[in-house]
Amino acid sequence: MKSKVLNAIALLMVFGILAISCSGGVQKDQKPIDVQELTKNQPEVHGTEVKDGEITFASPLNAEWVKSGQNTYDLKCLACHKLTEEKLVGPGWAGVTKKRNPTWILNMITNVDMMLDTDPEAQKLLEQCLVRMPNQNISKEEARQVIEFMRKNDGEM
Amino acid sequence: MFLNILKLSKFIAFVLGITFIIYGCKPKGIQSSVGGDAVKAYVPPGKYDEFYNFVSGGFSGQMSVYGLPSGRLFRVIPVFSVDPEKGYGYSEETKPMLNTSHGSVPWDDLHHIALSQTDGVHDGRWAFGNANNTPRIARIDLKTFRTIEIIEIPNSAGNHSSPFITENSEYVVAGTRFSVPIGDKLDVPISSYKENFKGTLSFIGLDKQTGKMNISFQILLPGVNFDLARAGKGKSHGWFFFSCYNSERANTLLEVNASQKDKDFILCVNWKKAEEYLKAGKGNKKSVKYAHNSYDEQKHMANSVIENEVIVLDPKDCPDMVYFMPCPKSPHGCDTDPTGEYIVGSGKLAAMIPVFSFTKIQAAIASKNYEGDYEGIPVLKYDAVLHGEVKKPGLGPLHTEFDGNGNAYTSFFVSSEIVKWRISDLQVLDRVPTYYSIGHLCIPGGPTKKPWGKYVIAYNKITKDRYLPTGPELTQSAQLYSIDGEKMKLLLDFPTIGEPHYAEAIPAELISKNSVKIYKLEENKNPYASLGEKTAKVERKGNEVHVYMTSIRSHFVPDNIEGVKLGDVVYFHVTNLEQDWDVPHGFAVKGANNAELLIMPGETQTLLWKPERIGVFPMYCTDFCSALHQEMQGYIRVSSAGSNLPISFSTGKKDPEPTKSL
Repeated sequence: MKSKVLNAIALLMVFGILAISCSGGVQKDQKPIDVQELTKNQPEVHGTEVKDGEITFASPLNAEWVKSGQNTYDLKCLACHKLTEEKLVGPGWAGVTKKRNPTWILNMITNVDMMLDTDPEAQKLLEQCLVRMPNQNISKEEARQVIEFMRKNDGEM
Repeated sequence: MFLNILKLSKFIAFVLGITFIIYGCKPKGIQSSVGGDAVKAYVPPGKYDEFYNFVSGGFSGQMSVYGLPSGRLFRVIPVFSVDPEKGYGYSEETKPMLNTSHGSVPWDDLHHIALSQTDGVHDGRWAFGNANNTPRIARIDLKTFRTIEIIEIPNSAGNHSSPFITENSEYVVAGTRFSVPIGDKLDVPISSYKENFKGTLSFIGLDKQTGKMNISFQILLPGVNFDLARAGKGKSHGWFFFSCYNSERANTLLEVNASQKDKDFILCVNWKKAEEYLKAGKGNKKSVKYAHNSYDEQKHMANSVIENEVIVLDPKDCPDMVYFMPCPKSPHGCDTDPTGEYIVGSGKLAAMIPVFSFTKIQAAIASKNYEGDYEGIPVLKYDAVLHGEVKKPGLGPLHTEFDGNGNAYTSFFVSSEIVKWRISDLQVLDRVPTYYSIGHLCIPGGPTKKPWGKYVIAYNKITKDRYLPTGPELTQSAQLYSIDGEKMKLLLDFPTIGEPHYAEAIPAELISKNSVKIYKLEENKNPYASLGEKTAKVERKGNEVHVYMTSIRSHFVPDNIEGVKLGDVVYFHVTNLEQDWDVPHGFAVKGANNAELLIMPGETQTLLWKPERIGVFPMYCTDFCSALHQEMQGYIRVSSAGSNLPISFSTGKKDPEPTKSL
């Protein structure tokens, strides 16, 4: 009996304290700053998701694209990807256009954070390589040219 | 009875327990004597601060960047002192930044900050800092938080009244704290001070687009000690005010001999007039020697040029350009309020604060209402230019800032307090103690036409018993007060680097939106850059070995180098191939007598290494970059001076299988 009364008093006391303590909380007048949003004018950009059907292929290969794709590869990809099947930091590129759908490749290049967050295949590769594929600041057009170079590497004409 | 006590204690525990569990709407442990106000300084995890606070690093020579209201340290920007952590002043690219007419000066004493303004409001483009020891001014690019220009000030010794800025960033200024002999007669007795020692004020023009500095003119003045300064604004735009002490012109035991007079001066400079005289050819070209160092952000390289001419205006040839105002006594701060009408002098040794009126100064000049002259420069009548005095505000006034609502806040060094007073009727409104011995103070936007207000920060000289002890030297420190309400309220103590003097604070958005994330590889114009691993190589040129190296998570190319000999000078030109924000790579080699490199994405930096013994030396990345960071390493082999081993280099070469003997 006594303990019930005590518990009731206890609860009252607790709510009393709560009512007092919550009257002066953290100021909520600050809207959170999104630095990625703020720094949109910067050279380091992250692409948006590319959907299936957004890129088309033609034969023969576009020789100019192959050339500029190779230039991008030399500057920004070669440090981690060999043109053979050998894994360096990331997997070798031999056969990649046969193994992966081009939308997947394009998203890996331009929108890698989304891929590592959502795509099971990309996550599997991260488990194997243990280094997150970096955003190398490559535009959608440049990435498309890199894929043209990959096709050439895989023997297409 | 015993049972009852047990029940009671259970009951208390229950109350406390439940309270503890649900009492989660406020951070605990910060409700000290300030009655819950500290919560205003609390920035929850993942949330950003409202303001950047750029704080002078004093004798550290650097500039530090804090968030407000949290007091968290974000960055120490290397400015006048070398920084082995970042390679600043050690890498071949940054060495020229610290060049002066005295050769390399790898240290200084940075006292004051000025942030660039447009129309009298912060524009977030550049921060400026002064070097008090070997007179220089530095410009920091707020897109990259890096020092990109340093100009030396000739005809100057001790650049203290600097780098205060005009309302459209036309000029930053530099005034001599120590007067010295200048010109042709340099080797003179110190006792001939009054005759031979001169002070100068330099006006450094800024390019509107690029911010590039250039000494437009200097003004030659009597040998007093110029202390602080502030530009006019609004109605007083076109004028500049400099406080000075030692009008006695003492050259020994200044603490006594420079404190004789009741009043020293504030010098009013009509710089628009000075510009006219300059155009009219009234200036004298003087032959001098000073270094001017600039950092090219595409080449990632600094370049130092020695300049050898400066134009000096002598008030004798330029009437109506400068006037002295008497100011009690050895003034430190001389601060212009947001309207530009009032100039507050803070006489360190005075028991009141004089406030001068720009309108009255103009009237006194027009009617030639002079007390006399000082070394040929007119001295305006004190009573004629005075708006009034704040009576008995405290002891040791140093520096005044403004909130934009007609109030002024003055720091008092001796009585350790901030005093708030009203400019119009000079009434003291509030006072709050500081712990201890405050020097400068800062209100966000205080020096501008439109202060952002909200806080005042005290930068203190003494911290005894405020923090855990760390031996004889305790931390430097700042304190944050809210000035929203009628009463100032202490919210936070926070430690700082060096000795914090002057500081400025600016809303975060004005800067964070432009913050550079990476340097684009395609724009890298460093002549030693390796743009892609294919271009990495090692070349010998006589006794110089140039290593053109790339770094990316998580290897260097090349990572095995042979053919280096004793007596060689090795240059590691390292290019970071990453293009991802916040992925710098470090570079270090065993036994290097200088520093490491810290290379930003897309940047090239060079480390010079002189091997002094034979052996194989490891090199590695010092900045954790990935799960395989520990694997990011390489070796360089050093052979004897007479060795014939040719240069060779490789990456990832597999050793041939040893042939089995049958």
